[in-house]
Amino acid sequence: MFPVLLAAAEAPDAWQTFLQYTLIGLSNGALFALVALGYTMVYGIIELINFAHGEVFMLGSFLALALIGVMGLEEAALWQRWLGIGLLFVVVPIFCGALNVGIDLAVYKPLRDAPKLAPLVSAIGVSFVLMNVGLLWGGAADRHFPDLVSRENLLGSEAALSFTYKDLMIVAVTVPIMIALSVFVKGTRLGKAMRATAQDPLAAKLMGINADRVISVTFAIGGALAGAAAVIYGLYINTVSYQMGFTNGLYAFTAAVLGGIGNIPGAVLGGLVIGLARAFGSGYVGERWTSALVFVILIAILVFRPAGLLGTHAREKV
Amino acid sequence: MPPLLEVDDVYAGYGPIEVLKGISLTVDTGEIVALIGANGAGKTSTLLSISGCLPARRGSMRLAGQEIHALPAHEIVHRGICHSPEGRKIFPRLTVLENLQMGAFSRRDKPGIERDLAHAFELFPILAERKHQAGGTLSGGEQQMLAVARAMMGRPKLLLLDEPSLGLAPMIVLKIFEVVRKLNDEGISILLVEQAARMALKLAHRGYVMEMGQITIAGTAAELLTDKRVQDAYLGE
Repeated sequence: MFPVLLAAAEAPDAWQTFLQYTLIGLSNGALFALVALGYTMVYGIIELINFAHGEVFMLGSFLALALIGVMGLEEAALWQRWLGIGLLFVVVPIFCGALNVGIDLAVYKPLRDAPKLAPLVSAIGVSFVLMNVGLLWGGAADRHFPDLVSRENLLGSEAALSFTYKDLMIVAVTVPIMIALSVFVKGTRLGKAMRATAQDPLAAKLMGINADRVISVTFAIGGALAGAAAVIYGLYINTVSYQMGFTNGLYAFTAAVLGGIGNIPGAVLGGLVIGLARAFGSGYVGERWTSALVFVILIAILVFRPAGLLGTHAREKV
Repeated sequence: MPPLLEVDDVYAGYGPIEVLKGISLTVDTGEIVALIGANGAGKTSTLLSISGCLPARRGSMRLAGQEIHALPAHEIVHRGICHSPEGRKIFPRLTVLENLQMGAFSRRDKPGIERDLAHAFELFPILAERKHQAGGTLSGGEQQMLAVARAMMGRPKLLLLDEPSLGLAPMIVLKIFEVVRKLNDEGISILLVEQAARMALKLAHRGYVMEMGQITIAGTAAELLTDKRVQDAYLGE
């Protein structure tokens, strides 16, 4: 769960409070969006809701935690710390990408021509298996994730509005990733092949596109994004647990559906909407109502726009 | 020299349903061969089977003497067979230009691709006008032109065309058939599936008639046009 920073709640100016919630909402939302992209890209290509995606995210944060211990980053000098964090953002996404591709090859690929329910149920199974791997690896209790990034307010310690180094980290990592992803999907040969395969798999084959390769690349990118999100999550929230994949995966999946599953800009928009809904919800309504609020929004959007905010056509129900 | 394409006693189907029951046909280099027959005779399945999308259960297929029936679909494109499928299957949210680029996916020769792109726009000027429009916004006729141009972008040795006339106005069908002849003049061999049998046979050098998953009549286009059985069943005025 993302505990919302209530630092600004005491601010006298209602506008400032509103702005603060918006900032919190956008940064949390960017994180949801990174995870949501993995759900939506995989769905776009093979119409599978990869329920194991949240667990890949969880294992990524456990790996990050282990690596911090191995590198001794808590005691390291500042420059070493930044170097180490940089390394986390390389190693963890590679691990999560490879894990995601491995899951696809081992579990989903043999079921590619089976009825859609078969891979779907298998995905739930993989999710349970990985959750238990997390339980074995990290134990049942919440684990503390070292607070390596400063909470110092970039706007000055006296400022009413708070925008910390942690918030900056989210922006500095997610925005370039999303720009790179959109350039990749729109402009490159492989990115176009990916969109073509999503739009018409048979025609894509007839163009000489190797569908298996496109699918693997999709799982790799989706996993890598979840890996980046896992590092950010650990550094931002400072608590990880074997259950975090389930809860955050559910929110990210909701974000993907909200934006229109299969639609890449939709996943980003959905992530931001959910981040904002949670921030405003806990700020104005009360922390305990946030989940209810998020799912009420989801239900409302699905009633009035069944294909999601940016979805162009209603997809088959699963 | 072996024929360009040699399909030899191929069986294929979907689940328990056998759609192709021992198909044999050939296409020689430089030929246009028409495959005609009623709805559901297995014409589309024959093309899908050649391009590797419907695996052959028995029998063999060779392209210029090399076995291709065990290859995955994308590999068959690399070997030089391009397929403009039934229902056009344009990528609806890619632009016309991107659709054509996808057609050249198997190629790496940039200058050659540019040349063929210019050639496609020359054959179908309307596509140049609509270059940056999404494929899904084109009219049926424009989509069919795009489908043919897209297949041509792979610079195939053999072009498979599935019902290019389906649902189109006669003027547009004429235009597309004219381009098919031009492509053939440029050296591309063509296997053409058509329900518009008379037009197809007038364009083709040879033809096959398919019924219930089997080839029942084969001959030169002129022979088929005058064959009593073909006239009664497929050329009825």
